[in-house]
Amino acid sequence: MTTAVETLRDEPLTIGGRTFQSRLMVGTGKYPDMDTMVRAIEASGADVVTVAVRRVNLDRSKESSVLHFLDPKKIFLLANTAGCYTAADAIRYARLAREAGFNDFVKLEVIGDEETLLPDVAGLLEAAKVLVQEGFKVLAYTNEDLVTALRLEDAGCAAVMPLASPIGSGLGLLNPYSVRTIKRRLHVPVIVDAGVGTASDACVTMEQGVDGILMNTAIAAAQDPVAMAQAMRLATIAGRAAYLAGRMPRREVAMPSSPTRGMLD
Amino acid sequence: MDVVINGERKQIRGGTLLDVLSELELDPRAVVVEHNRKIVRRAGLGGVQINEGDALELVHFVGGG
Repeated sequence: MTTAVETLRDEPLTIGGRTFQSRLMVGTGKYPDMDTMVRAIEASGADVVTVAVRRVNLDRSKESSVLHFLDPKKIFLLANTAGCYTAADAIRYARLAREAGFNDFVKLEVIGDEETLLPDVAGLLEAAKVLVQEGFKVLAYTNEDLVTALRLEDAGCAAVMPLASPIGSGLGLLNPYSVRTIKRRLHVPVIVDAGVGTASDACVTMEQGVDGILMNTAIAAAQDPVAMAQAMRLATIAGRAAYLAGRMPRREVAMPSSPTRGMLD
Repeated sequence: MDVVINGERKQIRGGTLLDVLSELELDPRAVVVEHNRKIVRRAGLGGVQINEGDALELVHFVGGG
């Protein structure tokens, strides 16, 4: 598909020394079936795909691993520490994920509250410091809080991932100002993670100038996940293109687009 | 012998960790093994014996966001 963004001289997204083609990253959870997941990932154009670390089901191991359906040569597997509520647990999960042997990237999550799944930023910083020390490329899932984002960058994180809104909520980008501020102040890539509901949310998020966006439920829980994946791909490209193009200034009053002179008497 | 695998009490024949995976019909390339809270590298699985009461965690990648 030809896209307008290709005519703009955009730089590729590089995180922790790896360059990625797509600014859209997608999750692999909650799909109605594996075939739909595979087709949705393909339609999204994403080359970074997140996975979770869980116990092998001793009775039905063959069916449950996501790697039976994804080719790690074609996509970049980004393991997460979803479900971890302490720094120690997140570190344990990250180490297990790295041992799978694909890469040393981790999407670090330390959750602080069950209802909102909002991050425990103290635990997050603690875990990030340990994992960076151990050579991990840490992509830290965090609040849209500038000071935490700065601390995560100082801790050596490869990317900072502020949320648009709570995980799985579909509420969209609740705080564009904060996300924009984080992007303006950080040097490492800023990838907005979680909360996007539909294509316009992805577009608005990318228009803030962030480097990328990661989503799962917005695609997996759509009525047609493959079609939504394509919509998200286009929205991400459109939002990026609009950001690079530079929007017109807002004004409080109208200004005619057609000449005011030359009107009939 | 009695061991705990993924939180469940199990009766297994024993041997090395590689033997345990084989007994459970698991592909060693597809799982990561934690033995008594210590990760055992794939290449080292054949060199670690399992003992009565040991705890194993066998994990892999599943769908997630």
